[in-house]
Amino acid sequence: MATTLATPQRRATDGRLADFGNVLRSEFCKLYSIRSTFWTVFTALLSNIVLAALVALFLVSRLSTADRATADPVRLSLAGIHLSQIAFGVLGVLIITSEYGTGMIRATLAAVPQRRLVLTGKLVSFAATALVAGIGSCLAAFFVFEAFLPSGGDGLKASIGDPGVLRAAVGGGLYLTLLGLLGLGLGAVIRASAGAIATLFGLLFVPTILVSLLPQNWRTSIGPYLPMNAGDAIYSLHPEAGGLGPWSGFAVLGLYAAIALTLGYFLIKRRDA
Amino acid sequence: MIEAIGLSKRYGDTVAVDDLSFTVPPGQVTGFLGPNGAGKSTTMRMILGLDAPSSGSVTVNGKPYTAYRRPLFEVGALLEAKAIHGGRSAYHHLRSLALSNGIGKVRVEQVLDQVGLRSVARKPAGGFSLGMGQRLGIAAALLGDPPVLMFDEPVNGLDPEGVLWIRNLLKALAAEGRTVFLSSHLMSEMALTADRLIIIGRGRLIAETTVADLLDGGAGNYLRVRSPDRDALATLLRARGATAVHEGQDALKVTDATSDLVGELARANGLALLELSTQQTSLEQRYMELTSDAVDYRTTEDASVPAARN
Repeated sequence: MATTLATPQRRATDGRLADFGNVLRSEFCKLYSIRSTFWTVFTALLSNIVLAALVALFLVSRLSTADRATADPVRLSLAGIHLSQIAFGVLGVLIITSEYGTGMIRATLAAVPQRRLVLTGKLVSFAATALVAGIGSCLAAFFVFEAFLPSGGDGLKASIGDPGVLRAAVGGGLYLTLLGLLGLGLGAVIRASAGAIATLFGLLFVPTILVSLLPQNWRTSIGPYLPMNAGDAIYSLHPEAGGLGPWSGFAVLGLYAAIALTLGYFLIKRRDA
Repeated sequence: MIEAIGLSKRYGDTVAVDDLSFTVPPGQVTGFLGPNGAGKSTTMRMILGLDAPSSGSVTVNGKPYTAYRRPLFEVGALLEAKAIHGGRSAYHHLRSLALSNGIGKVRVEQVLDQVGLRSVARKPAGGFSLGMGQRLGIAAALLGDPPVLMFDEPVNGLDPEGVLWIRNLLKALAAEGRTVFLSSHLMSEMALTADRLIIIGRGRLIAETTVADLLDGGAGNYLRVRSPDRDALATLLRARGATAVHEGQDALKVTDATSDLVGELARANGLALLELSTQQTSLEQRYMELTSDAVDYRTTEDASVPAARN
């Protein structure tokens, strides 16, 4: 047994920015040292790309002429978002709740008592990962969809240079990232994996279902501001009638995420770990 | 050096830690002893800034823990074994903690060697035994080579070899001048490892003492003397101010006399001695005496406490 301990190397840099650099490196190391991160990203890529191909091959030919005239090629190509959003949301939640679940959070916060720095490290490492995987898979889905369309394209041929197409395709990745950040915020507030995941998807699906039961004038006034309805404008080529525009819809979803994260930032410093 | 002043923690009506003041000096192993539920872990979490005290304060080397920007260089702590993501390897667990304080890869490899986990360092920590989890937790505590080390129940779940290893490690760390603070509910383990003891029950300080002082303070320390001439010996002893009463068939229970005195008296007077032994209250008994109130109180609300009586 070695009893004489060598002096560990300190990094030469100092200051707050260096502290954050250290925390960020630590959070990236955590994120990339568990398999579930890779499985989540892989699942999201797979569902986005495979569904784009399947929709192009099998669904498009069965659309009626009227449907085809109003169809949104980017929306169709991003059919996989309905699945991949679950993967991104769960990853965003787990990035913090898994630490509370295992007790690792106490080691983390003992190593970095500046708790908001830890939460920011998690936020940035997740957002960077999700942006790359989300935007990459959504762009890939669009190109795969266009490539797999029946010859002639049935009026759904679109080019990435057409107005709004790039915004909508990239927007799919932005939507997935923001959804994951909403999950991270809820995870920071709720701290239990099951509860936070249930809340995230409850918030996403339940209000949309409930509002559909309400009278028409309620539906049109509240409907566009629900998280899922607001969020899907960013990856649609044409905004839905009565819905929010792409960026205002995105801002509304961002507001939900910001509320959850703000509450998380507030509580992480106030509560016992 | 850890200094707690009037440290208290309340959860609603429950008082977990009640006006606790103590000092943990460097260069010694200080044991933190108390029945399960006495408030040991809560106190340790407050030292690390994880739980906020309801009142009072605690400092580590003169500063509150949360004032340190890279605290792994100041305090190394093992709170729970296996508080690790089961899918992450031991290496990456340590690496992520090291990175957060700007500690390099070489040091991670060093502590893995020191705790003997090198061969399994790349395997998912979820498959670790409790003992391996303890070793990993200790490796994490050693990362920053800190002057203050704190371990919550480090021997739990370890085999005899592991217990011996920890005992020697803690003593070696203290011998290097570090502050070593460890909690346990097992007096027997503390007796072998600790120099000083801080004993708490129901969140309150019961005793802050050394192992030797605790033993001397025991009510039941006496000399057992067996002799065929015990009555003659008893008379001689009483003449020297000692107390001697009969014990069993042919023995005396002697207090207020040294064994030297008894031996010399017997030789000088030609009395045969069949036995002359020091009977000391065990630390375990002293501990039971001190904490019996606290244990009894807890038993009604915490079914796991009777284990502390073993």
